[in-house]
Amino acid sequence: MSAPLLEVRGIEKRYDSVVALRGASFTVHEREVVALVGDNGAGKSTLIKAIAGTIQPDAGEIWFDGRLCSIDSPRAARELGIEVVHQDLALAPDLDPASNLYLGRELARPGLLGRLGFLDTREMEAQSTYVFKDLGVKIQNLKTPVATLSGGQQQATAVARAVNWAGRLVLLDEPTAALGVEQTGNVLDLIRRVRDNGLSVVLISHNLPEVFEVSDRIEVLRMGQRVARFATKQCSLEDVVGAMTGALVHHDAS
Amino acid sequence: MTQASAPPQEPERIPAAAVGADRAPVWSSLQRRLLGGSNASILLILLAIVAVFAALDSSAFVTVTNVRNIAVDVSILLVMAVGATFVIITSGIDLSIGAVLVFSGVVAVRAMEAVGGDGTGVALAGLAAALASGIAWGVLNGLLVAKARLNPLIVTLGTLGMAFGLAQLITTGIDLSPPESVGEFGIGRIGGEVPYLVVIAAAVALLGGIVLAKTRFGRYTYAAGSNFEAARRAGIAVDQHLIKVYGIAGFLAGLGGFLALARFSSTTIAGHSNDNLQVIAGVVIGGTSLFGGVGTIVGTTIGILIPGVLQNGFVVVGTQPFWQEVAVGAVLIVAVYLDQMRRRRRYNPR
Repeated sequence: MSAPLLEVRGIEKRYDSVVALRGASFTVHEREVVALVGDNGAGKSTLIKAIAGTIQPDAGEIWFDGRLCSIDSPRAARELGIEVVHQDLALAPDLDPASNLYLGRELARPGLLGRLGFLDTREMEAQSTYVFKDLGVKIQNLKTPVATLSGGQQQATAVARAVNWAGRLVLLDEPTAALGVEQTGNVLDLIRRVRDNGLSVVLISHNLPEVFEVSDRIEVLRMGQRVARFATKQCSLEDVVGAMTGALVHHDAS
Repeated sequence: MTQASAPPQEPERIPAAAVGADRAPVWSSLQRRLLGGSNASILLILLAIVAVFAALDSSAFVTVTNVRNIAVDVSILLVMAVGATFVIITSGIDLSIGAVLVFSGVVAVRAMEAVGGDGTGVALAGLAAALASGIAWGVLNGLLVAKARLNPLIVTLGTLGMAFGLAQLITTGIDLSPPESVGEFGIGRIGGEVPYLVVIAAAVALLGGIVLAKTRFGRYTYAAGSNFEAARRAGIAVDQHLIKVYGIAGFLAGLGGFLALARFSSTTIAGHSNDNLQVIAGVVIGGTSLFGGVGTIVGTTIGILIPGVLQNGFVVVGTQPFWQEVAVGAVLIVAVYLDQMRRRRRYNPR
C-alpha cells in the first residue's frame, strides 16, 4: 500500500491530572473509511480534536501527505483539506441549508456589489442543489430553515458541508448517534459515496454493526493508546470488542 | 428573510400526474408564511387597526396632516429600532438606547456651543458629536458583551444608567436648547410635504434592510444569533461582529439623539426613559425573535408603526390615549406567543 494520507504518531495529551492520550497513533490511507472505536474515555474525541486543530497535543507527530505538519488551529486543518463534523453538527438552525453549506465561506456577487458585501445567494443555492444531488441528499425545500428538517437531513447537511470543503479527509464524530434506522442507512450510504468520490473518512462510532457495515479498516483506542487495527473483512465482532475491553492484547499497536 | 424569487434553473418539471401531490407543500408553505413568515400577518394587523380607526372617524384620521404626524412620531423610534433589530437578531438586547440618545443630544448641544454661532456648519458639528457619542457607547456595549462575555441585559442596563447619569451631570439636570438651525431642520420638509425626519428614518430603514437581507454582514448577524459557536467554528469573527452590531445600534441612537434635538429643540432629558422598551416592543411585534437568528427590517417597520398608529388613533377618535398602552401590551404578548409557537413547531416538524 502507498504512503498513508494521515499518520499520527505518539500523541500525548493531558488535562490537568487526567491523561486523555498516552502515545496514541492512528493511520488513514487514501480513499478509505477508517472506523475509530473505543470505550468511553478511550480518547477518541481528543484524538479527533488534535487532528482537527481544536486542541494542541503535548507531544507526538502528525504526518499528512508525507509531510510533518503542526495543526495549530482549525484553519490550519482546513488548509490541509481536513473537515470535521462534530456531534453537535454546528449548523445555524435559522438559516437554510444553502446558507449553512456556505457558512463562513459565502460567495460574493461579482463586481462592485460584491466588494460592498452583497452575497450571491442564487449562485450559492444553485451550487448547493448540485452538491446535495451529487451526494444523494434529499432536501425538498432549500429555502426552509435547517431546524425544520429531520435529524437525518440535518446530519446530511452537516456532512455535505464538510465533504464539500474537504479536499482530502472528513472526520465524523458519532454521525448516527441521534438517528433512526432509515436515516442511519442514508448517512452510511453518504459515507460510502464520499469515499467513492476520492476522499478518506474517519468514522467515530459506538455502533459496531454500523462500523462493520461501512468501514474498510478499524482502529481501536484503549486508555489513550492504539491497541489494535483490523481490516474489517478479516476480523470478527469478538476481535474488536476484545481489543476495546482489553481482553485481547495485540502486538501491532506501535 | 428568504428571497421571494425562486432560482430559474432546474429544467425538469414535475410531471402532470404529480401535480396533485404538489398541493400539500403549497399549503404548508402558505401556513409557514402566515405563522412563520409573520410579516404578512402583522401587516394585516396594522391594516386592520388603520381600517377600524378610519371607519370610526375617517375625516380626522385619514388626512395628509395626520399621516404625517404619525410618520414623524415614529421616525426617531424607527431609527433606533433598525439598530435594535440587528442586536436582537444576534440574540442580544440593548436597553441603553434611550439613555444614549439623551447623552448624544446633550453632547451635541455642548459641542455646538463650543463651536459657537449658528448655521449648517454648526449643526453638522453637533451631528458629528452626537454620532461619535453614540458609537462610543455602542462599542463599549459590544466590547463588554463580546470580549468580557457579560450578559447584554446587564451590560446595557449598566450603560443606560451611566449614559443617563452623565447626561444629567453635563446639564445639571436642566434641559438645553440647540441653535435655531437645528430646530428649523426638525420641522423642515422636502417639497413642503415630507418631513426631513421621516426621510432620514426611511433611508435608515431601507439601508438597514438591504444590509441585513443581502450582505455578508447581515448573514453573519443571523449566524451569530442562530448558533454562536457554529458561526465561530465556521471561521466567522463573531466577537468583532458583535462589537460592530452594538456599535451600529449606538450610532443609530446617536443619530436619534440629534433628530430628537431637531424635533423638540430641546434635549428632552426626561422624555426618553421608555424609548428602549417601546423600540424592543416594536421590534418583537415585527417578528424578530428574542432567541436570535430571526427578524427583518420590514417587520420592524410595521412593528414600530402599530403602537404609533394606535396612539394617534385613540387620540383622534377621542378615547383616552392610555388605551394605547393596553393595546400595545396585548399585541406584544401575541407577537411573543407567535414566536414561541413557531419555535415549538420547528422542533416537532409535522
